[in-house]
This record gives sequence, C-alpha cells and structure tokens, in this order.
Amino acid sequence: MTAINPSGSSLNHHILSVLVQNRPGVLARVASLFARRGYNIFSLAVAPAEDEGMSRITVVVDVDSAPLEQIVKQLFKLIDVVKISELDPRRSVERELLLATVRARAEQRSQIVELATIFEAKILAVGVDALTISLEGHPDKLDDFEELLDDCGIVELQRTGRVALPKLDRGAHLRAANTPNSPRGDKKGKVG
Amino acid sequence: MTRMTGAQALIKALEMEKVDTIFGLPGGCILPAYDPLLESSIRHVLVRHEQGAGHMAEGYAHVTGRPGVAMVTSGPAATNLVTPLMDAYMDSIPMVGITGQVGTNAIGTDAFQECDTVGITRSCTKHNELVMSAEDVPMAVRQAFHIATTGRPGPTLIDLPKDVLQNEMTWYWPSDDEVIASLPGYRPNTKGHPRMIKEAAKLIMQAERPLLYVGGGMLKARAAEVLRELVELTGIHVVTTLMARGVFPDSHPLNLGMPGMHGNAYTTTAMQQSDLLIALGARFDDRITGRVDSFAPDAKIIHVDIDPAEQGKVRKPDVPIVGDCRLVTEEIVKAIRHLRDGGAVQPELGPWKSRISGWREQFPTTYEQSEPGKALKPQYCLEQLRDAAPEGTILTSGVGQHQMWSSLHWQFEEPYTWVNSGGLGTMGFSIPAAIGAKMGRPDRTVWAVDGDGCFQMTAQELVTATVERIPIKVALLNNSYLGMVRQWQEMFYDERYSEVYLSTDCPDYVKWAESMGCVGIRVESPEEVGPAIEKANSINDRTVVVEFRTDSDEKVFPMVPAGMSNDDLLVHPSQCAIRDRLA
Ligand SMILES: Cc1ncc(C[n+]2csc(CCOP(=O)(O)OP(=O)(O)O)c2C)c(N)n1
Repeated sequence: MTAINPSGSSLNHHILSVLVQNRPGVLARVASLFARRGYNIFSLAVAPAEDEGMSRITVVVDVDSAPLEQIVKQLFKLIDVVKISELDPRRSVERELLLATVRARAEQRSQIVELATIFEAKILAVGVDALTISLEGHPDKLDDFEELLDDCGIVELQRTGRVALPKLDRGAHLRAANTPNSPRGDKKGKVG
Repeated sequence: MTRMTGAQALIKALEMEKVDTIFGLPGGCILPAYDPLLESSIRHVLVRHEQGAGHMAEGYAHVTGRPGVAMVTSGPAATNLVTPLMDAYMDSIPMVGITGQVGTNAIGTDAFQECDTVGITRSCTKHNELVMSAEDVPMAVRQAFHIATTGRPGPTLIDLPKDVLQNEMTWYWPSDDEVIASLPGYRPNTKGHPRMIKEAAKLIMQAERPLLYVGGGMLKARAAEVLRELVELTGIHVVTTLMARGVFPDSHPLNLGMPGMHGNAYTTTAMQQSDLLIALGARFDDRITGRVDSFAPDAKIIHVDIDPAEQGKVRKPDVPIVGDCRLVTEEIVKAIRHLRDGGAVQPELGPWKSRISGWREQFPTTYEQSEPGKALKPQYCLEQLRDAAPEGTILTSGVGQHQMWSSLHWQFEEPYTWVNSGGLGTMGFSIPAAIGAKMGRPDRTVWAVDGDGCFQMTAQELVTATVERIPIKVALLNNSYLGMVRQWQEMFYDERYSEVYLSTDCPDYVKWAESMGCVGIRVESPEEVGPAIEKANSINDRTVVVEFRTDSDEKVFPMVPAGMSNDDLLVHPSQCAIRDRLA
C-alpha cells in the first residue's frame, strides 16, 4: 500500500497536476503505479476537469521517496495520462477543505466560535456538546486551525486532498491554467 | 452496414491487424470468440497450459518483430497468462493478450471464473482495457496493437466479457487518425533531439576509451544495420547484452559479447575502464552494472532510449537522447560524418584496443574438458551443438546456468536468432518460446536449450509441438540439479545444498519425450554428443529431445557475486593466478 502520510513539512513535497482521460480505472492506474514503484503520496484529489472526458488529479508527492523526475516520467508512461504540470507552490494557488467535529460544552463554545471567526471558518452544525466546522483555505492555514482545534478536542476530522492551479500572471487575461504553455507544463513526448 | 457479433468483430479485427497465428486455449467466457475462428484464415495453436500460449506469443514476436497473440478464457486462464505478460513487459516484447471475462452484469459478483484480470495485469502490461460494449471491440483491438508495437514495445491486454462477444454491433474499422486521436496521452517520441545528437557525436569524437553498450532496444528498433555502420565508421568495440545477442555478429573482431554478472571477464572489465559508454537501447540493469556506485566510474554516458523514464533511472547520463534507437543512431552517424568532414579526428584508439585484446587473450571465457569416464561438460555439448547447427538456427533458452552458457558459448551471427527471458528470468520459457519462434520462422531450425528444472515446468507443450506439427529440437542439459541455485549455495552458502537436487533419472526424459510423440535420445559420453546432434539435425518432421547428462559440479564463470562491484569479478579458477592483470 502506498503510505498516505498524515502530515509533514511541505518542503519535501511537490504538487503535480495530472490531466487524465476520464476512463474506468484511471485512478487505480495512478495509485498502483505509486505503490508499485515505492513512491509516497502525501495527498490526492480527483475530479472532472474543464474538458469533457478529462479529469484532473492533484497529487502531492513526497519527494524523499524518489526523484521527482522519475515519478513524472513513470506517470507519463500511463496511456491515460495526457499532461502533467509540476506546480511551484510560490506560483500557484492551493486550496483544501477541512471538516471537523469538535467537543464544545457550553463553557467552551464561545472560545471555539471565536477561533472559527478568526479563521473565517463556518459552523455547519451545532449539537449539545459538539460543533461541526468547515474551513476552506490554504493547507498551511488548515494545519494551524487543526492544531488549535486539537486543544479543544477533535472528535472527527476529514480533510480533502489539496487542489491547485497555476497562479495567473498579473495583467494576463486568459492564459488559462491548462494552455500548453502553462508554467512548467510538460506536454507528452516532450520530456527528457 | 455489416452487422455481426462482438466475437466476429474480434476475429475480423485480428485479421485486419494481419494476425496469422493465435496461441490459445478456450473456455466458458471466451467460447463465443472460438466459433468464428473456424471460418478464419488465422491459424490457432492449441496449447496445453496458458502460460505456454503466452511464451509462444513472445517467441513468435521475438523472431518476427510482429506482435504475438495469446487468447485464453477468464479466471484461472487469465491468471495463467500473468507470467508471460510480465516476462514480455520486462523484455519489451510486443504481445497482445485476449482474455474472456464474465458477462458485464455479473462483473463484481464473484461469478464462476471471474477475476479482476485488468486489475491483476495492470502492472505487467503496457496498457490493458476491459471492453464494455461490442461496438468498442474494433477500436480496442486497434489500440492494443498500436500500443504494443509503437514506442517502447510491450504487452497489452483486452478483457472481453462474454455478452460483449455475443452482442451484435455494426462493423467499422477505425482509421489511423481515429486511433491516435483516441489516445491523446500516448505520443511516443521517436526523433532524437538534434542538439543532443550533436553533443553525442562530439563526445564520441573525443573519447579515448569508448565502448558501444548495446541492449535489446536496438533489436526492437531493427537497428542492426546502422549499428554496423557506426562501428565501422568509428572502430569502437561493441558490447552486446543478454537481450542484444545477435544484433552484431560475434565473428566480428570488435564484438566483445556479453558483459555483466556472468559476462566475459574482458567485456565487463572493458566497461569498467571505459571513458565513454554509448548506451543504445540498454537499461543499466543490475545484472550489468553490479554495484551501481562503482560501475564504470570514469565513463561519460550517452544514453539513447525511446523510453524517457529509462534516462537517469539508474545512472545519470551526460547526454540523454530520447528517441527510436535506429533513427537516433542514423543521426549520430551523420553527425560524426559531419564532424569528420569539418576536420575532426578521433583520438588514437590503439592503446585502448590493445588493452582490450590483452584482456581477451589472457581471460577467454573457458572451461575444463571432462576427464575420460567423467560426466559431460555442458559447455562442450553447447559448442558441439553450435558447430553442427544449420545456418540461421534460432536458439531459445530457459533460465539458469544453461542460459548463461548458451549466451557465452554460442556464436550469434544474425539478429533475431536468440530468444530468452532476460528481465524476468522465467524458468520454463524455452520450450514454448521455441514453438512460437518456429511458428514465426518455419523456415528455420529452432533449438531450445533447457535445464532439467526448466524442462519440467513447461515440457507438456511438446505435446502441442507434436499434435500441431511444429517440430523443434530440445537440448536438455540434465545436471540433476537446479544448477544455478546450487552454484550459489556452493559458493555463498558453504556448499550447504538446500532443496536443489532434482534427480538424474526421474523422470525418464527419453520415455517422457517419446510419450509426447517426440524422438528421445540420451547422451552420456563425449563420443555420443556429435552423432546425437547429427541425428537430431537430420529429423525435421518430428520434435527431438536430446538429453545430455552433464556434470552437476560445473559452474558458470566469470561471475560477479550479487551486490559486488564489477571490479571484484571472479574469473575461471584456471585464471586465478593472473587475476591482477585484469585491470
Ligand atoms: C519460475 C522460476 N522459479 C524459480 C527461479 C529461480 N531459479 C533461477 S535459475 C534456477 C535453476 C534452474 O535450474 P535448471 O532448469 O535445471 O537449469 P540449470 O541452472 O541447472 O542450468 C532457479 C530455480 C526462476 N528463475 N524462475
């Protein structure tokens, strides 16, 4: 099994945005490639992309487990993989969603609500002694929020994998993220 | 508008792909496909075990360059195909596997003979596909053949549910453009980068101790001719890996043969001492490099390979060139000519060449002849076989000592005359591969060299050979042991032999061969070797099995022990006294 690390410093992580043909088993192909070659996945998110028939997989890889170049090249060998872009964190926008149910007895509740307000989180449900909160934002922000919530007592927590797109250049109109000359975008057959 | 069933479409699609032979065995889910086969021009070879079908398809592909096809049913038949698929994947053999599957509405219910074929074979195919509608059959077939044969070749698989084979569809045949458009993620790069090619030519023109390190990719690219041109143009020695034997004639003075764990001492040493390795379609396998951090420490690397992922996987190249080995080598030849026309000259290669010939003279790959009355030496049998083999003979091999001796002692003069399992090292490969090779090249004599361990894994396919009238010849080197494993136990486990003794006379190989409709001959002494081979060569209407009872103690030398540096290779015991001259 590919280890999905619970946490870690983002320094050793790279974000790959992988455009794939949306065909049965495509996620299994990507996942088993990581498992088979001993690469670690830090986080993974998949959803249909803008083009019909295509999906975008945003995978954060733990680069200590293998050179990024090998990972990218091996991924390229999958027939269903159409394009891979490595997203430089400094030049991309990253988002993740966190849902958490935290213990919140009457005396704690206002403290948690205050925390939620500071982070611009949303209270989704209120129980007698618990609250369910959601927060969307940069993964680092979610890390901070999670740490603070932990002090109150997290009952259940679920985070989505990270999704990311290249940042638009200031002034650029529609050099949309998926044009062939997107930042560090590699088209198939042009690697190496 | 022609209406037909998915099964009819499958067979028609295979005919359109110019398939002339299918190796297979029917069963429940694939049954519909076997019916239209009766009307087809395609020859079906009925195997005795599906693993045999897969290796036959590989053998066929090895010698013809065309994809081999194996067709089997679902479940256990599909899992029996896994070993050959992995074998073909490791050795980049174009092959198409066709498997039956339970009906689409039974998928996922643990139905009888259901298995997740696509899941199981995902990591041992270049691509696989579960076809969910009869309409999709022609496109799936076209994609499977296109992917198997282009870029870095490899096995593909199409999994066909029974109802997909039974349902009606309207026949259509996708155009090349449609196939390519349907695979937006598959664009193999065949033309090398011009700047890198220039760079390569420059390095070649500067190297003082260059070597061409040629792998199986050159055979896949059908690049033997241009390789010869490059060698003759530059005068650089050639090293041919286990997968590349035959790509360059062994009789050529610049061919150094096989390097690596059991390579010639002079070949491996030349690689170690080289200052430029021109790797053409080779992948720096651990059996070649020994300990990677001490492999050819002074060598710059030019690495030509069609698979970008091979670049830098093991050793970082100075000049990586992604492209088809034939096209790129042609361009390199042109670039060298261009440099020469501009007045460039190679350094004097004389000193390097005389070092190589010094090693070659002092450390030939050798063995000691058996003493009178003692067991036969396997190398002697192979040399006799080699010298008596009709021109153009194709040699296949199993895995073990006999495989290494075959590669070391045979003389390969022509491409596509050597068929073996290199990457996966699959025991039992030899016999079915030989049957497939004979189907691909019926005009050639095919000799299968086998060990007694390997023979017992797939010998039943000799029944296939007899019944289907595909006469091959088998040289069974019976040393009573799992010889290669015994050698490791002798050398690295203090002669503590654990579970490696098979038996000398059980089974009785001659009777077994005869019971399968073959001619069986047993050879126990050197005088019998020549006549037995002569007899075998004279029988062309039946399969012949010659059992040579050989010396259990014989070991393969040279050897680089696993995990050691190539600098620490062990020479033949008779050369130990002068070992230090190998540097
Ligand atoms: C399917 C399979 N199982 C096990 C092995 C490990 N193995 C490598 S060589 C060898 C011995 C082969 O014995 P034999 O066929 O008698 O050939 P010999 O080495 O004696 O020439 C074994 C067991 C293998 N390569 N393949």
